[in-house]
Amino acid sequence: MIISDQAPLLQLRNVNLSYDTHQGRVQATDKISFDIFLKERFVLIGPSGCGKSSLLKAVAGFIHPSEGSIKLKGEEIKGPGPDRMMVFQEFDQLLPWKTVVENVMFPLVATRRFEKSEAHHRAMACLSKVQLAKYADNYCHTLSGGMKQRVAIARGMTMEPDILLMDEPFAALDAMTRESMQDELLALCKEMNFAVMFVTHSISEAVKIGTRILMLSANPGRVKGVVLTNSATGSEATDLVHEIGQSLFGNAGGRCD
Amino acid sequence: MTDEPIIGETTRIEVKKSKENTKRRLISVILICAMWEIYGRWLNSPLLFPSLSETIVALVNKIGSGELISAGWHSIATLTKGYLLGVGLAFVATTLAMSSRFARELLETLTAMFNPLPAIALLPLSLIWFGLGEGSIIFVIVHSVLWAVALNMNSGFRSVSPTWRMIGQNYGLSLIRFVYLILLPGAFPSILAGLKVGWAFAWRTLIAAEFVFGVSSGSGGLGWFIYNERNQLEIPNVFAGLVTIMLFGVIFEYGLFRTIENRTVRRWGMQMDDR
Repeated sequence: MIISDQAPLLQLRNVNLSYDTHQGRVQATDKISFDIFLKERFVLIGPSGCGKSSLLKAVAGFIHPSEGSIKLKGEEIKGPGPDRMMVFQEFDQLLPWKTVVENVMFPLVATRRFEKSEAHHRAMACLSKVQLAKYADNYCHTLSGGMKQRVAIARGMTMEPDILLMDEPFAALDAMTRESMQDELLALCKEMNFAVMFVTHSISEAVKIGTRILMLSANPGRVKGVVLTNSATGSEATDLVHEIGQSLFGNAGGRCD
Repeated sequence: MTDEPIIGETTRIEVKKSKENTKRRLISVILICAMWEIYGRWLNSPLLFPSLSETIVALVNKIGSGELISAGWHSIATLTKGYLLGVGLAFVATTLAMSSRFARELLETLTAMFNPLPAIALLPLSLIWFGLGEGSIIFVIVHSVLWAVALNMNSGFRSVSPTWRMIGQNYGLSLIRFVYLILLPGAFPSILAGLKVGWAFAWRTLIAAEFVFGVSSGSGGLGWFIYNERNQLEIPNVFAGLVTIMLFGVIFEYGLFRTIENRTVRRWGMQMDDR
């Protein structure tokens, strides 16, 4: 799956992230390096405090590394930008004063990339892909949690970003909805021409979603290892979940809250 | 199924609830009116406390003679000018406050200083600066509206969800567009509350200022009307003036602010319905 003769889409080198608290400066990650290539689904996994969400926010440009470099297509990331669309965990990430289709159109119009009619057209196409076209004119508070997350994913995809950043997008959903959302995301990714960087604390989700999994240890976050999933299913996947659980915590747990 | 939107049913229930609500409100208004009428008749002293019927007669007479209409119009015109100017300034100030920490702290300090200062305390100064006329009244109205609205707007902006802020940053919006596209709608519930408070403050200030001097450019407002009628001991007319102010209050609350609320924050599901 690793296409080594290709230049990486995203490149992190010795990234240290730290934040200030009342007790002083706390280091969140310690010298993290990895590459993400086009069409990869790269999953970050680790216990709370391993800095996985911070790493995602650093790639998004919301926080700046205290040391090291983050490069997208060879250029240093200086701040947030629409070439890296973010999908959050919270259901309130949709703007309640806009209808479903207006939410999906919003980045297209706000960045002045498209005219309104063209943006509407594209947004509707993306909404059909997540099976929500018939709810296009609803306000978001009338949608269920799963539907909201699908709208957020549609909004992320419609911008055709270089990389889609997903911060535990399914963590607040019930188990059944989560399963079907994971399947839907995988189906969508097959059609798309970008990379996905996915943060989760569920090992089984990591194995299901990822093509490659980066394991992090906590306090501060360090790279513990990288696992290729090779789209494992069935007993292979179960073994992989077990193996990752072993190396992260020394136990076989499927989750690591 | 969790994936079905719930809009149809909720709307029907809401309509039913709001009908019941209107009924309840009407009943309470009728009760208050009945108590007023009974007390007025029992007291039998129109000079102290005219009954409802005497007030209505005075109201109809004064509307018929055109006095209340011209006074009401005069007040509304002055009020609207001061209010819009105050809200506009509050909006500019709060937007600037978003640009830097220094600007925000400056606005917060100014608000803390000026918000408790009664507008009417500035009237003597205002008279010296702007002369005997509408300008002075508008100045004190602006003062009473500006800080109250700025306070609400600023706290509304600051409490906008961090996720929405990150979304705005993600799309690379400029400051003005960020305020216009994210902060303003995101903070709309508290902005609307601020606009309502500002509207009430503007009325109070206007009437008080008109008591001090009411006649400008030939005709006075409602405050002047009340003051004048009291001097002539026409108490039912005083009550008619007070009722007019209350009627304006009700008209603007239900006609304007409720309509805005229903079309925005309620429709967006940003305001929990207590009905």
